[in-house]
Amino acid sequence: MSDMPLLRVNAVSKFYGSRIGCQNVSFELWPGEVLAVVGESGSGKTTLLDCLATRLAPSTGSVEYRMRDGQFRDLYRMSEAERRFLMRTDWGFVHQNPADGLRMTVSAGANVGERLMAVGDRHYGNIRAAAADWLGRVEIAADRIDDQPRAFSGGMRQRLQIARNLVTNPRLVFMDEPTGGLDVSVQARLLDLLRGLVSDLGLAAIVVTHDLAVARLLSHRMMVMKDGRIVETGLTDRVLDDPQAPYTQLLVSSILQV
Amino acid sequence: MPTPLVVSDVAKSFTMHLRDGVRLPVVANVSFSIKSGECAVLGGPSGAGKSSILKMVYGNYAVDNGQIIVPYRDKLIDVAGADPRTMIGIRRDMIGYVSQFLRTVPRVSALDVVAEPLVARGVDRTDARHKAAALLTELNLPERLWSLPPATFSGGEQQRVNIARGFITDHPILLLDEPTASLDLQNRDVVVSMIQRKKDEGIAMLGIFHDQDVREAVADRIIDVTAFAVPNGAAA
Amino acid sequence: MTELATYNFAYLDEQTKRMIRRAILKAIAIPGYQVPFASREMPMPYGWGTGGVQVTAAIIGPNDTLKVIDQGADDTTNAVSIRAFFQKVSSVRVTTKTTEATIIQTRHRIPETALQTGQTLVYQVPIPEPLRFLEPRETETRKMHALEEYGLMHVKLYEDIARHGHIATTYAYPVKVEGRYVMDPSPTPKFDNPKMHRSPALQLFGAGREKRIYAIPPYTEVVSLDFEDHPFEIQTFSEPCALCGARGSYLDEVILDDKGGSMFVCSDTDFCEDRQSEGHQGHLSANPAQADTHAAGVEK
Repeated sequence: MSDMPLLRVNAVSKFYGSRIGCQNVSFELWPGEVLAVVGESGSGKTTLLDCLATRLAPSTGSVEYRMRDGQFRDLYRMSEAERRFLMRTDWGFVHQNPADGLRMTVSAGANVGERLMAVGDRHYGNIRAAAADWLGRVEIAADRIDDQPRAFSGGMRQRLQIARNLVTNPRLVFMDEPTGGLDVSVQARLLDLLRGLVSDLGLAAIVVTHDLAVARLLSHRMMVMKDGRIVETGLTDRVLDDPQAPYTQLLVSSILQV
Repeated sequence: MPTPLVVSDVAKSFTMHLRDGVRLPVVANVSFSIKSGECAVLGGPSGAGKSSILKMVYGNYAVDNGQIIVPYRDKLIDVAGADPRTMIGIRRDMIGYVSQFLRTVPRVSALDVVAEPLVARGVDRTDARHKAAALLTELNLPERLWSLPPATFSGGEQQRVNIARGFITDHPILLLDEPTASLDLQNRDVVVSMIQRKKDEGIAMLGIFHDQDVREAVADRIIDVTAFAVPNGAAA
Repeated sequence: MTELATYNFAYLDEQTKRMIRRAILKAIAIPGYQVPFASREMPMPYGWGTGGVQVTAAIIGPNDTLKVIDQGADDTTNAVSIRAFFQKVSSVRVTTKTTEATIIQTRHRIPETALQTGQTLVYQVPIPEPLRFLEPRETETRKMHALEEYGLMHVKLYEDIARHGHIATTYAYPVKVEGRYVMDPSPTPKFDNPKMHRSPALQLFGAGREKRIYAIPPYTEVVSLDFEDHPFEIQTFSEPCALCGARGSYLDEVILDDKGGSMFVCSDTDFCEDRQSEGHQGHLSANPAQADTHAAGVEK
């Protein structure tokens, strides 16, 4: 782990009129660290994610990111061009619904290759080889490279979305309920894949989920949100095994035991 | 570092917010230290708080007050107040933990489950697998199982994978939470000899062993947890 | 020409022409950039060249000579009616000769004869947005143009190669103008793309339904997009024009009978006629007997 955080979040709040989206959220994320943000729907976790990923400007507060040159930059003082460039090179965003993160009418290979082309790769053979390599890493058969994601199952689509995000070797990946809407067995496979990729690539990740099992399997650290505020943070296993805040205790006690 | 683990004045209680905030005291005034090469065993009946102490040392349980001091990167760190990032580092480099149950990871082979802590510390994967194989051999886990994910293993087999995983590293502090609970006699002896070897290597160990024979074989010292009991009503 | 008095010169009112000229000037100042304009209802349906007609109406003057082509031909319905329209509403000189025209309005071709300084080529454009089929949101495509995010354009070419083994886009082949904006050259065959590069003529593009005007000023860099290992190539034809014997011109297939017989002839009728009048001949023009044997040969 490096000696500097990758992301510094200072007192970020987002208000929708008089309604609170999220309030006064501060934390640091370090390289290689996976942070889970948990809470029920409406707790502000997705609002927070959008504020961090430059998809929604916060009302107050700042989000600073350490660029590859080592300099911290305030995301909301960058030009839109710089932000978008960051978003498709150094960052990834895995949507809950793969259709939001994929181009459903172009082939799997082109979905993966798009980011490479976006950063100026103009060699078809290289792009295709990189796409094939990544399809392999997310366990999609090589002969599906020219198929459109419309012909893929939900789990395959989600794996394709992950490959599409990771092909430029990002340093930070945002995930919004990455296993939501998938069958349990498909979920397990995806989680396992994600876990392996995150640790192999040393990715930092922020995973928004309401599923505590997902948080336990993927994350090192956890933030529990309620009504737009952080009610508890800590090591994932500490928060889950010895929850302190009343709301966290309620969440943990609500897990169905199988 | 002759005394890598110092626990002083530690107290733990659970506040049950779902039950009108009732406080359940567990232990108080927990103070002990462990020297390198020593194996201390927490003694006392179930419910006395042995497991809670182990989990506090590992950072898995929060600490109400008191200090748990561990040397880490030329500094003394209080585990009770360490931030998650420091704690992750301490777990990687300083404190190992052999739990009672293996938290299985789908699709990862037994060999890789065992090798993983070494890989996480930067050891080459092939070397780590060699070491994992040696440990699994010593623990008599049939070689045909090595490439399978341990989810479907029997309790004893899983336990042995878990032990190998806990013993593969050279963490200066090793926490043992009933590692021999579901083992047969032969493998129990293997574990006893492995603990003995850790002692020779200067590892400080803190354990819970319900099995009388094992406890007598490995314990240099029994820490009586009943001494840390909270007097009735005192914590409320 | 008694009707002329009932129309403003070149049909459009002066305010509208001024508005369109402003858009054209802006388009020329920012080569390849799509300038929005308040496209008017024209006395013809969308898809029949309303954009091109408005551009032509805004720039045409009494001293101009107009040529109108449709798929290279001066004598097809669209070309004939637009030519007649401008004769009626501006009484300018019209011609079929590329070299004589000062303004050439075109649908889907660039004349074979190289254009000269002082000439203006007005393209009729159905869909001006090259990114449209990959990204349907106009808000997003405008942002992509603004930020020069053109990776998506190569996605389309990638798809072509993945599916066909080569870039199969043969018309409306995207180009990059002066190293900045990616532009749809209208549905011209990619055969014509190289003619746009550093052309001495002014090239104006009008999309009536989509309300966009864009331009390539004279001597502007126009580069067709491609991959390093799949470079841009134009179509080639295995046989010469059946009427004028030209090689290296763009050919249309003309069906001769209902038995599958066909011939390939220049799509640029003016070019083809010029060559024939200069004495060039194809295998179907001179000797009918010879032509028949050849047609029979093609039939098999």
